[in-house]
Amino acid sequence: MSAQTHPASGQIAQGQIAPIHTDQAYNFAYLDEETKRMIRRALLKGLAVPGYQVPFASREMPMPYGWGTGGVQVTAACLTPDDVLKVIDQGADDTTNAVSIRKFFQRTAGVATTEQTTVATVIQTRHRIPETDLSEGQILVYQVPIPEPLRFLEPRETETRKMHSLEEYGLMHVRLYEDIARHGQIATSYAYPVKVEGRYVMDPSPIPKFDNPKLSQNAAIQLFGAGREQRIYALPPYTDVVSLDFEDHPFQASKADHACDLCGSNTAYLDEVIIDDAGGRMFVCSDTDYCSTRRAQGHVGRLGTAQEHVA
Amino acid sequence: MTLHSTPKPQTAPGPLLQVRGLEKRYGSRIGCTDVSFDLFPGEVMGIVGESGSGKSTLLNCLAGHLTPDCGQVIFDTRTAGPCDTVTMGEPERRMLSRTDWAFVHQNPRDGLRMGVSAGGNVGERLMAVGARHYGNIRDQALDWLSRVEIAAERIDDRPSAFSGGMQQRLQIARNLVTGPRLVFMDEPTGGLDVSVQARLLDLLRGLVRRMGLSAVIVTHDLAVVRLLADRLMVMKDGRVVEAGLTDQVLDDPQHGYTQLLVSSVLQV
Repeated sequence: MSAQTHPASGQIAQGQIAPIHTDQAYNFAYLDEETKRMIRRALLKGLAVPGYQVPFASREMPMPYGWGTGGVQVTAACLTPDDVLKVIDQGADDTTNAVSIRKFFQRTAGVATTEQTTVATVIQTRHRIPETDLSEGQILVYQVPIPEPLRFLEPRETETRKMHSLEEYGLMHVRLYEDIARHGQIATSYAYPVKVEGRYVMDPSPIPKFDNPKLSQNAAIQLFGAGREQRIYALPPYTDVVSLDFEDHPFQASKADHACDLCGSNTAYLDEVIIDDAGGRMFVCSDTDYCSTRRAQGHVGRLGTAQEHVA
Repeated sequence: MTLHSTPKPQTAPGPLLQVRGLEKRYGSRIGCTDVSFDLFPGEVMGIVGESGSGKSTLLNCLAGHLTPDCGQVIFDTRTAGPCDTVTMGEPERRMLSRTDWAFVHQNPRDGLRMGVSAGGNVGERLMAVGARHYGNIRDQALDWLSRVEIAAERIDDRPSAFSGGMQQRLQIARNLVTGPRLVFMDEPTGGLDVSVQARLLDLLRGLVRRMGLSAVIVTHDLAVVRLLADRLMVMKDGRVVEAGLTDQVLDDPQHGYTQLLVSSVLQV
């Protein structure tokens, strides 16, 4: 779906493989063309009705449910041979899920891959939005475990669909009310419910609520795929997305109150890492590309060591 | 003649609910048929009858939970005047059931969210009609808990930690918080022991009188209708066999089945 031209080869960090068109026995990007067509139709419908969960005939993928089967199908339906793919798992490019999905598409689609957010045209993500601002023409694909934001309040699918169609979203606030009653504040810190364009309430997948403001007015196309639950939904570029809250308990995008110990960033979302048995810990950027870019630019955090300029 | 100071005739308010020829069939069997009555503002209507006589079917048809096969249920809405709730659109009907209507189930588990605290249960209807201020919602929840005699410190407890009587009172608070005008009750005292029943009835009677509620109460317990209902309908095999003022029907039953019903109450 991306019509972006192939970026200059020098920008690609790794895995520079020319598109394979030789072996016709294997279809480009794993899925057959009919399946991709079906998924693209669902994607278009999702883009036309932002936040609406479009059912689709999710296929069995060569990985277990919960490992991103929905995201992989959406990515496969979006990829063109010219695309540059980036895969992140909780912000990191080098964790199991990210590595295996990246390898999967290297092998089945032969597309170029990268770890640089700015270079990628399609980014498949598990539970994070990159720190670097996305631009027009980029596609962000989310892996979604449970697409229905009302699910744990209302177990009946028939009922939740009716609630969506009639815009009965009072229950969502009951959930937030319970949070405040029990914890004194809205304790939901990930998969924080949002309202899209004043209409559909949507589960933004389990991204930290720190990332919620980035959903709104984002220049990139944001696609959400839930493989097991067989739902696709989408946010077109520059869509209004509002996090639900109470007038006297407004939404707050929260993060650990520290700076990154490697790159010193005060604004990036942080992971906490235990480093010894004596309670020692460090906070590092969850977005590895953002962190390494900053370190390459010479920023040094509390426990970091100065790097030589690579670029 | 002129000395006789007759009070100025007030324009009598029309009926709040008009039911006309209501019928619900389950295949060839009759759920209820040919039911017609008017319910005026502030009036409590009791429906009695044995199990399987169509009481609950009738109540569910009135409350929009079941679609009747024919007949009209005309409710005097606040904005648009009398409307047939059977043919009205589902969004409007659901809006009614969140605002002007209330439904008290026999089993509080059907009417409560068991995984949500008492305060959240009471606040749900407020949030459903657009309340977005936590402090105000909580204040109203506390107010209603005190009205149904639940201690304020139980506000953050889940209903599963409540006794049966408290659950039923919580269900009532949850339903009345948006100030409905018509309450449907399906055996509100079923499954409670007698002393708890008495307290609940006392509470209900007070609330109904103070708020000027209209109510339709389905029960098989004649003591409940004797206490609460102004008028009574007796149902058998899906049909209304007798209707009239409560005391009239209970003290001078005309229909054979009503006589049987009244005489089968144990006298202590």
